[in-house]
Amino acid sequence: MSQQLDALYQEIILDHYKNPHHKGLREPFEAEVHHVNPTCGDEVTLRVHVSDGTVADVSYDSVGCSISQASASVLTDLVIGKPVEEAMSIHETFLTLMQGKGAVEPDEEVLEDAIAFAGVAKFPARVKCALLSWMAWKDATARSLEDSHG
Amino acid sequence: MTTTQLAGLLPELEVIRADFPILSRSVADGRPLVYLDSANTSQKPQVVIDTMVDHLERHNANVARAMHALGAESTEAFEGARDKVAAFINAPSRNEVVFTKNATEALNLLARTLDLGPGDNVVITEMEHHSNIVSWQLACERSGAELRWFGLTDDGRLDLSNADALIDEHTKVVAFTWVSNMLGTINPVTDLVARAKAFGAHSVIDASQAAPQLPVDVAATGCDFLVFTGHKVVGPTGVGVLWGREELLNGLPPFHGGGEMIETVTMARSTYASAPHRFEAGTPPIVEAVGLGAAVDYLSHIGMDAIHRHEQAITAYALEGLRTVPGLTVLGPLDATERGGAISFEIDGVHPHDVAQVLDSRGVAIRAGHHCAKPAHARFGVQSSTRMSSYLYTTPAEVDALVEGLEYTRSYFKLG
Ligand SMILES: Cc1ncc(COP(=O)(O)O)c(C=O)c1O
Repeated sequence: MSQQLDALYQEIILDHYKNPHHKGLREPFEAEVHHVNPTCGDEVTLRVHVSDGTVADVSYDSVGCSISQASASVLTDLVIGKPVEEAMSIHETFLTLMQGKGAVEPDEEVLEDAIAFAGVAKFPARVKCALLSWMAWKDATARSLEDSHG
Repeated sequence: MTTTQLAGLLPELEVIRADFPILSRSVADGRPLVYLDSANTSQKPQVVIDTMVDHLERHNANVARAMHALGAESTEAFEGARDKVAAFINAPSRNEVVFTKNATEALNLLARTLDLGPGDNVVITEMEHHSNIVSWQLACERSGAELRWFGLTDDGRLDLSNADALIDEHTKVVAFTWVSNMLGTINPVTDLVARAKAFGAHSVIDASQAAPQLPVDVAATGCDFLVFTGHKVVGPTGVGVLWGREELLNGLPPFHGGGEMIETVTMARSTYASAPHRFEAGTPPIVEAVGLGAAVDYLSHIGMDAIHRHEQAITAYALEGLRTVPGLTVLGPLDATERGGAISFEIDGVHPHDVAQVLDSRGVAIRAGHHCAKPAHARFGVQSSTRMSSYLYTTPAEVDALVEGLEYTRSYFKLG
């Protein structure tokens, strides 16, 4: 029983939950989005600052469970400072992992701390928690690009 | 404390538990199921399951319109269920019992058909389930009526201090829950009904959480309309009940148009049947209604007074147990005699989702989230909570399992 739980609540996840990285809302930003998980009410407000094709900053304010909080923290570690295209590809890789029902082998080269979420994929009810901030980030990034093109 | 020492518990609790086949299931690698999510949906006794299977195996046919033996049997079973429900809530007439899909549909039916216009107002409360909020928001947006609501006191009761300002001569509807699904609060229904009546407003009681655990007597409440949902009174999903005074129901315009709700139809216009069929357009949830009939008979046989005493005994025991968990705060009244069997709480440092996950790994099923009562959560400055809810089959040992599970959760998340 505890083994299953431990697969879900990896140390890395609990560490990010207790000490989230890049938390708080910051300036400057081109887009801000607010995403909600309607089932449990978890919420995130997330800002993206893109500069010269690079994700210059991702800042956020959120309320939610350990999985959703840790996932936002890990997301910011992974995408800040990366070219938008590469960040989008990391997003794709994380999405595939989360939707893989536990059958996808995570690539540590690409996902770093996010490999800890491999266990979450086995808990269908928690996949949404892990994806909340990632979906918000994709939305905000797409919007900030639209704005800079339009 | 052992089962036998706790006053108020249903006698022969083990016999009652044996009526519910799912309770002997194991989950989480062979642990016994501890089902503490009955305010979400209740489990079903064998008699409900058997009645539904028997109907499908032996009596299945459409109702009212099939001119054969099975049609007659099916109609008799369906209408018989209406009689059982009428008896369960002490309705003066069986024609006042309308079968809907659930409580939500019953509330939407009222919000759609009660006459509202600019200058009118509708009064609800801050502790409503979303179904008793959003349906009235929509009605007010459509009609130009104003939506007002009772706030809550810090201990989770309705704040009636401004009642005289809220309900006035322009109030058309006062709609409120009898028992809160989040705070557990039991509201003063007769007082609220009287306040509505004083201004000629219609009163609507959401009895979704009351019907499972208190004796409901529509005549005694004096209300105009009352709704509840089948799946929380040990009945199946897919069926709910709208009760309304016959003359009021017959004064409302139809809700859905279709078969069974008409008197006659020409291409230009139709005339409508009277209640209850007026509001039962199309083929109704037949086997579900039949199952609901068996369910309310089952509850009546045990006795709603006895079930209420059991719920209060378990709730008092649970409040006592929860008090021993460090960092745990109960939302809502702390006196078991003033509340129903749903207890929402917070634990410092652990999110409800994580609490639910750890408990689930120990076979304990509870609910985490906003329980479709976001405004009530916002009132107490919380975004979500953990909720345990008991029923007639809940034992003190199950409450112990919850409390132990919560202790384990705290240690798992290293809260000392
Ligand atoms: C107080 C209250 N009202 C209404 C409902 C809605 O019931 P249903 O979803 O069956 O329509 C519920 C159930 O969650 C409830 O607890």
